[in-house]
Amino acid sequence: MKHVEEFRDAGLVKKALADLERTVTQPWVIMEICGGQTHEIVEHGLDQLLPPEIELVHGPGCPVCVTPLEKIDKALAIASQPDVIFTSYGDMLRVPGTEEDLLTVRAHGGDVRVVYSPLDAVKIAQENPDKEVVFFAIGFETTAPANAMSVQQAHHLELKNFSVLVSQFRVPPAMEAILGSPLNRVQAFLGAGHVCAVMGYWEYEPVAEKYSAPIVVTGFEVLDLVLGIKQAVEQLEKGEAVVGNAYSRAVTREGNIPAQKLISHIYQNCPRAWRGIGEIPDSGWCLQPEYDFYDAENRFDVGQIQSKESTICIAGEILQGLKKPVDCPAFGTLCTPEKPLGATMVSAEGACAAYYRYGRTRDG
Amino acid sequence: MGKLDFGGVQREVCLEYVPEAVVGQYANVHVGFAINLMDEKEAEETLSLLREIEILGMMDEEGSAPSAEQESGPGQ
Amino acid sequence: MQGPVCPRPIRQWSNVMLGHGSGGKMTEDLIRSVFYPAFSNPILDQGNDAGVISVGKSRGESRWAISTDGHIVSPLFFPGGDIGKLAICGSVNDLAMVGARPAWMAANFIMEEGLHMDVVEKVAASMQASAEEAGVLIVAGDTKVAERGKVDQLFITTTAFGLVPEGRQAGGQYARPGDAVLLSGSIGDHGIAVLAARGDLAFEVELESDIAPLNHLVEAMFTASDRIHVLRDPTRGGLGTTMNEIACQSQVAVMLDEPALPVRPAVRSACELLGFDPLYVANEGKLVVIVPEEDAERVLDAMRSAPYGSEACRIGEIAEAPKGRVLLRTAFGSTRVVNMLTGEMLPRIC
Repeated sequence: MKHVEEFRDAGLVKKALADLERTVTQPWVIMEICGGQTHEIVEHGLDQLLPPEIELVHGPGCPVCVTPLEKIDKALAIASQPDVIFTSYGDMLRVPGTEEDLLTVRAHGGDVRVVYSPLDAVKIAQENPDKEVVFFAIGFETTAPANAMSVQQAHHLELKNFSVLVSQFRVPPAMEAILGSPLNRVQAFLGAGHVCAVMGYWEYEPVAEKYSAPIVVTGFEVLDLVLGIKQAVEQLEKGEAVVGNAYSRAVTREGNIPAQKLISHIYQNCPRAWRGIGEIPDSGWCLQPEYDFYDAENRFDVGQIQSKESTICIAGEILQGLKKPVDCPAFGTLCTPEKPLGATMVSAEGACAAYYRYGRTRDG
Repeated sequence: MGKLDFGGVQREVCLEYVPEAVVGQYANVHVGFAINLMDEKEAEETLSLLREIEILGMMDEEGSAPSAEQESGPGQ
Repeated sequence: MQGPVCPRPIRQWSNVMLGHGSGGKMTEDLIRSVFYPAFSNPILDQGNDAGVISVGKSRGESRWAISTDGHIVSPLFFPGGDIGKLAICGSVNDLAMVGARPAWMAANFIMEEGLHMDVVEKVAASMQASAEEAGVLIVAGDTKVAERGKVDQLFITTTAFGLVPEGRQAGGQYARPGDAVLLSGSIGDHGIAVLAARGDLAFEVELESDIAPLNHLVEAMFTASDRIHVLRDPTRGGLGTTMNEIACQSQVAVMLDEPALPVRPAVRSACELLGFDPLYVANEGKLVVIVPEEDAERVLDAMRSAPYGSEACRIGEIAEAPKGRVLLRTAFGSTRVVNMLTGEMLPRIC
């Protein structure tokens, strides 16, 4: 398949790795902030193949993992209500709330449906006028154009029974929060390729400059990851700190203008709480006031939500790249994908799930 | 909406965000939406840069001209 | 003590969940925490696809195998097959996996009130065609009708019975370090074909289910070697789950070569689109066979000339350690662990 097979070519990957080895002279800590990249790295054991000087750290790049517990508990409360069809992307179904998850709600009779695209949720609303259809609009900038369009479509169709539960996150403020933290060890970032395909990479230029940290936009195939890491290391070795683009076949500096237009029409910046990290100003998107009607949080009264995090779960430290899944005492024992204590174990993109699935232990 | 082929799997995809798309082009798709078109020229440039490094590398290490054969890729 | 030696998981669920039917770890948990304790006996506790029983006194003793399979597939008809074909081949293959020769079957139909008669006729015709291909006779059956809404159109259960010829001892516990691991053909076809046919995830693909009766293929293999150690068909839970079961039962390590795994491009693409791993997608017409290295080439040759074995290939080998683990060598030179599938596979976003 074009644009994919070539970037998985084992021969080219080996040469790129050899080239990388020639470039690196000292230890560097590089963070990727994209669930898809985390998954790809662990699935192919890429970190095993990198020169030992390079430490790859996984950031909060999984929107499922960073959605706060309160929001999940709200989702569960809404989904449990009669005459509600609760629609969601697949990976949200297993994320545990304080008591249960969407799968359990479904087993108890709730109408919970997986959709591949938000437009499918709109269709369900059209086909079921007597039910309230709620779509769990989670994601980073990559899913924002799709999530936003579902609201626009519902508006055009004058649907009265469609609403969205919004959990949208923006990457640049998270990068700043990590780089600005006194505990920070990260020296360079791999920018999430598809986030940048939508938003471009102009937003990262002030971040790179302010924190003297190279940020290299990187794709998703193994070769893309090696090339992104290579560019980051080249900058670090030279003492440079600018935004580089190792995914130029998909990403431009300006990004996708029509997508950005719709996003700013439907959404506005707002503060957001990141599970395990805390509130980061301006790091989320909420519906613009004119689209308030479609906000599920307004439409449903779910009473007082009392959320309680597991005291053992260290997902927060993992999401900030301060600890690795294997550092957690509950990893693989009390906390497994079947009975996860926190979101990083449940989402297929979460660092803990990836490590568990691919059998990582303390010995690697 | 358009129909996209993902290596043998076909799906309806929303093309609202890539209005300049024409048949035969490649796109990145996310949750049923095309978010960008692939730039063929950039892709080729990235790959050929790598292939050049590959050849130079081989000459450095072995001190002789590389073979004319490309290394083959994995699987299907 | 026979059977899988892994520590028994503590029962964690108060309700039956869809994940319990996925063929992975949750299914194992359900079977081991509820059914095995309730039914425990030496034959069942072996933990293989069919129960092998000895009949008769010492000199006239013969071994027979019996297996049963329930089918609830939706939709009832899909490219490459239907619930009827699946019902016959599923039980035929369970017997074939312990080296038995399936001869007789019983079939049980639970039909939903309102089901069209021509659906039932079509399914019955398909079952007879498959039974003829496999060389089995359907000799007993039962039918029930449930009220509308109590059953999803049609559920079929089949039970198969057949002789295990002398000298055949194939089971999940017999893999030995140094053995070769062979696979009869591409993985993931059935699961993806059915998922596409179901229509929920709205994709089209030129792909057929691989449902097939494998007993003739198995006979050809036993003709080539009398040292077949393990035979298993990777159905629900896929190849990944099956290899984990074997690694656990035999207390060995299974080493697989990722580039050697046959996956059709359409299956690979569909899996990527959905965020699935072909290693965990169901197959209904494929088998894994583990034989001593010296017999590998001979068995492969025999498979390639037998029905449904033309794409047979070697995918790896058995090693001493790490015991109970399945490891995959990637094309890039790294190695990763293949775990059992946990619950249902859910499509993921990124």
